[in-house]
Amino acid sequence: MKTKSLLLMATGSILKNKMRTMLTMLGIVIGVGAVIVMVAVGNGAQKQIEAQIKNLGTNLIVVTPGSTAAGGASQGAQTFNRLTVADADKIKSDATLLSAVSPVIVTRTQVITGKGNWRTEIDGVSTDYLSIRDWGVTSGDLFTDDDVRAKRKVAVLGATIVKNLFPDSDPVGTQIQLGHVPFTVVGVLAAKGQTSSGVDQDDIVLVPYTTAQDRLSGFTFLGQILASASSPKDMAAAQEEIRGIMRDSHGLGGSPDDFTVRDQTAIAQAATSTTSVMTGLLAAIASISLVVGGIGIMNIMLVSVTERTREIGIRMAVGARGSDVLTQFLVESVVMSLLGGVVGLAIGFGGAAILGHVMGWTTATPLIAVFVAVGFSAAVGVFFGYYPARKAAALDPIQALRYE
Amino acid sequence: MSTPVIEISGVKKVYRMGTTEVFALRGVDLTVNPGELLAVMGSSGSGKSTLMNILGCLDVPTAGSYVLDGVRVDGMSRNDLADLRNRKLGFVFQGFNLLPRTSAVENVELPLLYDRTGRWKNTRELAADALRRVGLGERLEHQPSELSGGQQQRVAIARALVTQPTLLLADEPTGNLDSKTSVEVMALFQALNEQGITVIIVTHETDIAQYAHRVIDVRDGRILKDHAVESPRRAADDVLTMDTDPDAVGTGATKEAA
Repeated sequence: MKTKSLLLMATGSILKNKMRTMLTMLGIVIGVGAVIVMVAVGNGAQKQIEAQIKNLGTNLIVVTPGSTAAGGASQGAQTFNRLTVADADKIKSDATLLSAVSPVIVTRTQVITGKGNWRTEIDGVSTDYLSIRDWGVTSGDLFTDDDVRAKRKVAVLGATIVKNLFPDSDPVGTQIQLGHVPFTVVGVLAAKGQTSSGVDQDDIVLVPYTTAQDRLSGFTFLGQILASASSPKDMAAAQEEIRGIMRDSHGLGGSPDDFTVRDQTAIAQAATSTTSVMTGLLAAIASISLVVGGIGIMNIMLVSVTERTREIGIRMAVGARGSDVLTQFLVESVVMSLLGGVVGLAIGFGGAAILGHVMGWTTATPLIAVFVAVGFSAAVGVFFGYYPARKAAALDPIQALRYE
Repeated sequence: MSTPVIEISGVKKVYRMGTTEVFALRGVDLTVNPGELLAVMGSSGSGKSTLMNILGCLDVPTAGSYVLDGVRVDGMSRNDLADLRNRKLGFVFQGFNLLPRTSAVENVELPLLYDRTGRWKNTRELAADALRRVGLGERLEHQPSELSGGQQQRVAIARALVTQPTLLLADEPTGNLDSKTSVEVMALFQALNEQGITVIIVTHETDIAQYAHRVIDVRDGRILKDHAVESPRRAADDVLTMDTDPDAVGTGATKEAA
């Protein structure tokens, strides 16, 4: 029998019993819809976390001062500060797996303008800082290497500072005071928003680290050194490299590290693996309803075979082979489950969009989920339709014709 | 003499019911030539239904040989039997056996869709032609539930005709019809037979058998009597005389009278 007439025949007999077809399809619709929504929510959460981590910086590696021991009792992190600009310079010149290195000197002081003042964090950094943090400026520019060398009093303001002290005007070119020291504003940073722990990253002023050492902090040790690995796959090796350089430069010999090298990937991996486990779990629960839907199809197809015994007899009498009958019933169940899958897909996408809108969640459905859902529903149709179809094909035409 | 349409010899059919064996056919020889209009008569339990199933290639004999239009049928596989039914046979049943909720023309088209030789083009058009041949050209899109008994049986006859079969097999074709509609259906069989189609009608009604040219009596699994009818009645003439009977009741008789 031709494929076209087979499909017409199958859809025809599906349409002859609309109510029942709809109820049968409902199982698959709900199953596929649930899978899509769950995957969309889980995937969206993962994307959101990835974006947050990316926001911290590109392949960010942080070197912080280590601990010291006083009379055998460890004093905890950052109690012994021996990070210097020389360390940062040595890392920058010796490391092969890093694309950027910046020392960071952190102080807090009052920003004073003609209109008001604002207490904030002042970070003394090098020109590599913005590329490490994956950050940009909206106005003006970052200070130059020349500014750093000359220890010029230039500053780049974070978006929160600008919002509070320069609500109506572009601050670039204006004079401000950081504490008692006058600075010239050369740029404004793009808004970066909050970190996942709620710290406003825009409440900051960047100045050359040389200027910060000289004029603001008054000490030479660094708060941290930030570095950026050339590529994500080099993260581990780059950290090892930094560690080697640091140990060497500190002449540690057999003593333990007096610094800590960390990256964000550990946090990122933990977060993404948690969400991917959640996504998998949700999808697994949702697929149970898909299986239940498949059993519903099998149930209805078995009823349908019994109910249509006489029809099967007629078809066989006029020349249908067993395989023709088998194919017909199989096509019917596959068409039914595929149709359910497509409707479920639409409902799943709609549901994900509504959830995203109402709950404010990020939702994202990977294209592969679409193919998997549709393919899976077709497979459900074949799997659960085969037994009833084979039962129909094995009927004896004489018995089937006499069936009342 | 051309090849016989049917040639069976020594056909036996034994059904096993637990440990006992039931002999439905105990050795039947029969030859049917092209163009015959044959009635197979017998009461229920006589074995005529079993004979009909074997002739219709729905069942295979336990013993004996069956040659249909030059093709050896006994020993064929299920699939080959299905193909043979499709190519050489047309069935008409007592209960009409049309697909419900399916239009007349789709019902008639059905056997053409199961053809494996690829000899039919425009199957829908051929089905419509067959329906016109049985006088239902105006009812193509009607579903069985919208047709009278007589009309349904004519759709069934059209379905049997549409593949241009060698043999038309009718199993109690008038069993569910009132007497006037029965005669009309018999008139249709006679007309088709005159066009050269071989027809075998299984019936237990003597007044239906009298329209055949040859009658076979089956009893206890054997052919008891095989005789030619001297001058068969013409159903078409009988229909005219029955027109005067206003009290004809039964399945669709009044609708059919139009």
